[in-house]
Amino acid sequence: MKEAIDRRSFLRVAGMSVGVGVVYQFAPMLARNAEADTITGFLKRVNGEPPSSFTFAQFSDPHVGFQGPPDPLGTQAFEGAVALINKLPQRPDFVLFTGDLTHDAETRDLHAQRMRLFKTIAGRINTPAIHTVPGENDAALDQGVLYREHFGDSHYSFDHKGVHFIALDNVSRGRPEIGPDQLAWLKADLSRYPRTAPIVVFTHRPLFDLKPEWEWFTADGDAVMNVLAPYENVTVLYGHIHRRHFRRFGSAGHYGARSLIFAFNDPAANEEKKQLPFDRDQPFRDLGIRLVSRNAGATSALEVNDVELTAREFSGTSGIQQMIKSNTSKTEGSSGDLD
Amino acid sequence: MTLTRKLFTFAIAAGLTVIGTPVRARTGETPRTIAITASKFHFTPDRITLKKGQPVKILLTSSDRVHGFMIRALGIDTDVVPGKTGEFMVTPKTAGTFKAICDHYCGLGHGFMKMTVVVE
Repeated sequence: MKEAIDRRSFLRVAGMSVGVGVVYQFAPMLARNAEADTITGFLKRVNGEPPSSFTFAQFSDPHVGFQGPPDPLGTQAFEGAVALINKLPQRPDFVLFTGDLTHDAETRDLHAQRMRLFKTIAGRINTPAIHTVPGENDAALDQGVLYREHFGDSHYSFDHKGVHFIALDNVSRGRPEIGPDQLAWLKADLSRYPRTAPIVVFTHRPLFDLKPEWEWFTADGDAVMNVLAPYENVTVLYGHIHRRHFRRFGSAGHYGARSLIFAFNDPAANEEKKQLPFDRDQPFRDLGIRLVSRNAGATSALEVNDVELTAREFSGTSGIQQMIKSNTSKTEGSSGDLD
Repeated sequence: MTLTRKLFTFAIAAGLTVIGTPVRARTGETPRTIAITASKFHFTPDRITLKKGQPVKILLTSSDRVHGFMIRALGIDTDVVPGKTGEFMVTPKTAGTFKAICDHYCGLGHGFMKMTVVVE
């Protein structure tokens, strides 16, 4: 059934991690012809808006307020990331922040001060919109009260150029879970969409058991994934683990993101979770660029190009194209760390 | 879901032995009791040793705020609430060393809050 195949492969997802975050590009895969117009018309009817090309960025875990060790640079990586994004030839349509915007604080006043500083820095990004979800540092101690005062609802959804975005809060209940009320909301929200609708979920913790002993899981993540399972185009973006990671469950690809403060060690090779030590010679070590593309006509293979940044390049003295030093590739069906 | 029911559910899910109060082992002997206190940011004791196949009664309390107590390998995951004593029976079926963590965020030292459970 040709039309069904084409609908499933209608979007390509290209991600470009700039170490500081990840830039995702959505673009229609179909050539401009009568068949494409037919499918575009179909998606416009069922989704309300036909998909069109756009770019957005993912930033994660800036932990504003954290001071080393292991990272004595405070917000410098975050601010550098903002400057780098602002050098892109095309500004992203929006930026997603996947939690731990701030580092937890001893007092409410200090925590509020950190949230204001986060908003000041994030406000410098040359983009029309910023969307956030909380991390446990932002919202777990007070059930998200202070977070909502500064950033609004902690779970919500919106549509953008034919793609449905869902923000899930898996921290505000204290435990790593979204809870029954949010799960019911998710079911109701998704019920409005056909199974062919492109869906992006962004949240803080991984929805699956990545490393439960390190609290890298969501207790009711299976229930969330069961709700998402019928949908054919699902991408889940998350933070929390401070390193890149990819795993596929059914039609859903789950992408873990680097942080903007420090990296954690490899969960597959270590029993104890540790922050990687600060390297004065490479202050932004473990930051890099990821270029992800899906070739037109291919329905399953993602090409991923990972690039390491240097401090000189990170400082903005080189153009973004010059930052590409090496390429590695990984297919969409692979699982594990992307380093 | 009440704490008691929650604990019962977790214990059943883990294939553990759960017995009502007062707790008696099948032999008629009173099982060993281990009290664990959760507080910011540690468990006391931070290491316990159990015997494979021998039932033990776990008593969980918190001295300050809500904490979590999770041993994924044994299917245990519950909150520890101040003023309440969580009580459940465990009969370990597998030898090994397991990690218990607090999985209810409790503050800046939360990530350090863990204990070791050895089953011989």
